[in-house]
Amino acid sequence: MHDFAIALPEIFLAVAAMAMLMIGVFQKPGSDMGLVSWLGILSLAVALVLVVTGEGDNVSFAGLFVDDPFARFAKVLILIGSAAAIILSQGFVRREGMNRFEYPVLIMIATLGMLMMVSANDLISLYMGIELQSLPLYVLAAFKRDSTRTTEAGLKYFVLGALSSGMLLYGCSMIYGFTGSTTFGDIANVMQGQEKAGLGLVIGIVFLSAGLAFKVSAVPFHMWTPDVYEGAPSPVTAFFATAPKVAALAMFLRAMLEPFGGMEADWRQIIWLISVLSMLLGAFAAIGQHNIKRLMAYSSIGHVGYALVGLTAATSEGVRGVLVYLTIYLVMNVGTFACILAMRRGDRMVESIDDLRGLGKTHKGMAMALAIFMFSLAGVPPLAGFFGKFYVFMAAINAGLYYLAVIGVLASVVGAFYYLRIIKIMYFDEPTEPLSKPIGMELGVLMAVTAFLTAAFFVVPGVLVNGAAVAAGSLFP
Amino acid sequence: MTGVDTLLSEYLPILIFLGVAIGLASVIVIASFIAARQKPDSEKLSPYECGFEPFGDSRTQFDVRFYLVAILFIIFDLEVAFLFPWAVSLAEIGTFGFWSMMIFLGILTIGFVYEWKKGALEWE
Repeated sequence: MHDFAIALPEIFLAVAAMAMLMIGVFQKPGSDMGLVSWLGILSLAVALVLVVTGEGDNVSFAGLFVDDPFARFAKVLILIGSAAAIILSQGFVRREGMNRFEYPVLIMIATLGMLMMVSANDLISLYMGIELQSLPLYVLAAFKRDSTRTTEAGLKYFVLGALSSGMLLYGCSMIYGFTGSTTFGDIANVMQGQEKAGLGLVIGIVFLSAGLAFKVSAVPFHMWTPDVYEGAPSPVTAFFATAPKVAALAMFLRAMLEPFGGMEADWRQIIWLISVLSMLLGAFAAIGQHNIKRLMAYSSIGHVGYALVGLTAATSEGVRGVLVYLTIYLVMNVGTFACILAMRRGDRMVESIDDLRGLGKTHKGMAMALAIFMFSLAGVPPLAGFFGKFYVFMAAINAGLYYLAVIGVLASVVGAFYYLRIIKIMYFDEPTEPLSKPIGMELGVLMAVTAFLTAAFFVVPGVLVNGAAVAAGSLFP
Repeated sequence: MTGVDTLLSEYLPILIFLGVAIGLASVIVIASFIAARQKPDSEKLSPYECGFEPFGDSRTQFDVRFYLVAILFIIFDLEVAFLFPWAVSLAEIGTFGFWSMMIFLGILTIGFVYEWKKGALEWE
């Protein structure tokens, strides 16, 4: 197949983003962003169709770009997450003075970068994908530019993101220096037949994984997450917590397993440690939080830890577990953030957990949906979140990582406390000042759909699990 | 010698150069500190600006538009920097190279139209 045909979804998305930029800038100044938003959602849908129609395992652009079932699985999740983020933002951006057409365009360009990340088959295209994703995200974090908190979040994200890019590049240069190639396949070939990686290469892998851990916000590289999640405008936080997380984790899997698949003994302990630390910090640090966005930041750190359990296993089963986990995580987070975006009194957004008091009496439907998401995030069967954890822990046990699985289960018990506390506040505390109604059509629909998917997953888990198994198989020749 | 050792020995001249540079710079600074007569007075120690007293704090705020112009300048400056090697090697890279640059210029043009319409090029 021709190189361009393999990268068709990306090329289409790039052209569509530029076309939207032109449409937006030739509108009357101060026009509503509705037109550009819906064009953006339409282009994401077209890109989704183009991704799904791709088949086989194709490498193009001289080994820089790969389109395989693994990449397609992750791309479907990313495109759905980005489209959901644009839909979630509609009400908020109009109320909060962020109604500018650049908003959906930036989300599209970031999405393009994410597609590039999961298709990267070379350290250079991997870095290009990361930067193409990160730069629009820095701007989005500071999008409400007259608010000090938002600009602070954007600046913090930018400085720490630049630092992590530096570490990643240093790792890449070490890997290139000690293997003589930047292409994943060639690195794997060089390493073939060698018992142990040399010290220089191990240093390279350590720096590469530190840079990637920054991007997925795994402990000890998580410091930016709570501040950025709290400071950024809520729909931007919703976007940060969904699509970029999926892209960064999928890229993490490929960057570890494809070039260094034969030497997991050298890097497993690193991933083991950051996985355990993330699970524990996510469980303990969230207990004292009062701001629900900050709580979701710690929750996402914990969930990254659970997903990394699957990478530590370094088996096809582990990758399948991570992909199932990411799908479920995406659905739960879109739903939870739809609830967070519906929390307002009049024109004022509220984000304290105490503002949810008595929600079970005032907003029956929303409280029900949020309760489903919280039970699911806590991992209570038979909701979807339980199955996500189940598959990664099974993979860890089958790979002989018993301690990791035990620590993971214990951390998820601790974590259940703060999820259940939200449910207690909603149903058993007296309402102080009820939240405003109506919550808005698009938020209501997203809540209903995601809550249904979370609750009904156990009926037909096979569809997702089998798809993830096929995708995971393509990383293991 | 293994590959790494050959690689390192190739960099030996740079290490020597580094040592000479640091050594020479330190000798000059320290020698002038020790050998010269030091008679400081208040006029010699006070800060000066071209022979005058400093007029104001050097950390003043300036218009954000300077920053905008500087950023736009860098983008188009880099574009020209890319054009030179492209023009020189056009005979070898053929039509593929030609169209690659055309696409690159097209993307930049879209950025240029955007900034023009946004009014980033107007000073007032």
